Amino acid sequence: MTNYIIRRLLFLPVILFGVTILIFGILQLLDPTERAALYVKDIPKNPNAVQELVKKYGLDRPIYEQYFDWVGKAIHGDLGWSRTAQRPVLEAIIYYFPATVELSLWAILPIVLGGVWLGVRAAVNHNKPIDHSARLFAMVGSSFPTFVFALLMLMIFYANLQWFPPGRLDDWASGVVASDQWHQYTGMYTLDGILNARLDVTLDAIKHLFLPVVTLSYIYWALFLRVTRSSMLEVLNQDYIRTARAKGLSEGNVVNKHALRNALIPVATIGGLTFVGLLNGVIITETVYNFRGMGWYAATAALRLDVISVLGITLFTAILYVLANLVVDVLYGFLDPRVRIS
Amino acid sequence: MAEQAISTTSIGSVLAPKASRKFVMPKVVMQILRNPLSLAGMIILLGFILVAIFAPVLAPPPARSRDPFIIPRAGFKAEPSPPSPDHPFGTTEGQYDIFYGVVWGTRTAFLVGIVVVGSTLIFGLVLGSVSAYLGGWVDDGLMRITEIFLAFPFLLAALTMAAVLQPKLGRGLYTGMIALIVFGWMGYARIIRGDILTVKEREYVTAARAIGVRDFNILFRHILPNAIFPTMVVASLDIATIVLSFAALSFLGLGAELGYADWGQMLALARNWIPNLNKYWFIVVYPGTVLLLFVLGWNLLGDALRDIVDPRMRGKGN
Repeated sequence: MTNYIIRRLLFLPVILFGVTILIFGILQLLDPTERAALYVKDIPKNPNAVQELVKKYGLDRPIYEQYFDWVGKAIHGDLGWSRTAQRPVLEAIIYYFPATVELSLWAILPIVLGGVWLGVRAAVNHNKPIDHSARLFAMVGSSFPTFVFALLMLMIFYANLQWFPPGRLDDWASGVVASDQWHQYTGMYTLDGILNARLDVTLDAIKHLFLPVVTLSYIYWALFLRVTRSSMLEVLNQDYIRTARAKGLSEGNVVNKHALRNALIPVATIGGLTFVGLLNGVIITETVYNFRGMGWYAATAALRLDVISVLGITLFTAILYVLANLVVDVLYGFLDPRVRIS
Repeated sequence: MAEQAISTTSIGSVLAPKASRKFVMPKVVMQILRNPLSLAGMIILLGFILVAIFAPVLAPPPARSRDPFIIPRAGFKAEPSPPSPDHPFGTTEGQYDIFYGVVWGTRTAFLVGIVVVGSTLIFGLVLGSVSAYLGGWVDDGLMRITEIFLAFPFLLAALTMAAVLQPKLGRGLYTGMIALIVFGWMGYARIIRGDILTVKEREYVTAARAIGVRDFNILFRHILPNAIFPTMVVASLDIATIVLSFAALSFLGLGAELGYADWGQMLALARNWIPNLNKYWFIVVYPGTVLLLFVLGWNLLGDALRDIVDPRMRGKGN
């Protein structure tokens, strides 16, 4: 097992190199003058400004030179300056990441609990109406475009009912967070609100989290329902379940104590991958709700051709992705002893 | 996007010697028709196909318009207008007719879906076949490259690619499509490679080799035809994902250009009116419902096909 982990970890730099080279290559499709021009405010006043920037930052040097230059700086934690966030890229990542973590943590619980519960109900009532309606629900859920669902939610709960607004905090709460009395512990407003003894900020943050969490939940319930259901169906057909029933155990006992444990193994894998997916890919949700986390940052940077930010974000995301896959694989081996042998 | 990872099927178990292939097709069609969900999917898709074909009749482009895909504008007022006899679905800001956009957007959706999935399919198949057949370090190298592409969250990568292409190609369908193709081929490459590797060891391939059939012939006459059908299943589910992703790109501002008949692009126009979205519900509801139904149709069909093809599910009455 340890060998396996070490081998996987050794691959990490290789994959990171590959990923960053690929992104660097893609970004090089923009030629130097275009990239420098993004940083110049008034071109007409100073026609040479663009060329000066190109020279100054060495944007016309060969690709590999620029790449290794970036790698060298990156290893020291200098990922460059983000135009989008108006601060160094590393700082920007540290600033925006907690928002996404907060959203993911709040979302993963309803997603897993709801999805698994629905999946178990569907599997236990196989082919009965509740199974069919659950499957239809899952089908619609996985077909629903995230941004359409988000817009509909905003239409009903914000425009119409004025209950849940977009963004992370109301203006007054943002003022509190920016003030001197506030101490930033984690960057997650729900937690920090408690730690700062300002429950009103926590409640405000929750109010703003409601719609994004509901959106993510609905979209992912479809996936969890499907995986739990098929896994549960497979387990319920096994011989040892038949034995348990024959021994006279109650149905509840059979389902909850014996079947569920085994059926949940693939769900754990999916759960891990979903959590990573949430950390990485809530781009649409965060953008529609103006919830400023990593997803919002990534989308905004890409749209503004903020090359440096995109490089930094990609690096960060790739590291997270690879590590998370490793954790999930190890967890799977841990949960399912049969895998360990092979 | 998570769905992409789940939908690869174990194809090796479905491979059969060529002779019995003839009898599989009618059975599949019967199974599709018998399952109510897949039947619903087919009806939905047929509806869309009809709308796409009869677009010029349902929403005739104005005389002398240079491109029927550009939505006609009934004036230049910024505020969207609610549905009226002139504009059955209302208009967006800038007075773009929503009904027109929805109807012609069907053509765009089919175009984008088929072109992108077709391209990724071909590219992935070629790469996967070459990789599996040549083996050795070629296989290793190509698979590492595939893994690197897979290490990207799909939407972020496509977004970056589209953003980079936009200054060069301008806003339009090509930017979005190329971006999706560049990051969409990996699944097919892995599937076909897995198939070929599994089949390579099978008896009938060894037998064919023993008789003296050349490798190239083995690949094309025996392996690929049997592997194609399950790949089509994945492709049909993929069309749904691709249309969704393209709509997402358009929504973020990187797919179709402003005023183009594309569902995602029209939905993007709703973003400016969020505080009063209940008043302008038609901007979201009409394009959104159509997009949902389109994806739902493909998902229902693809799901049913997958249930049929994947033998593990066959005996369970799924």
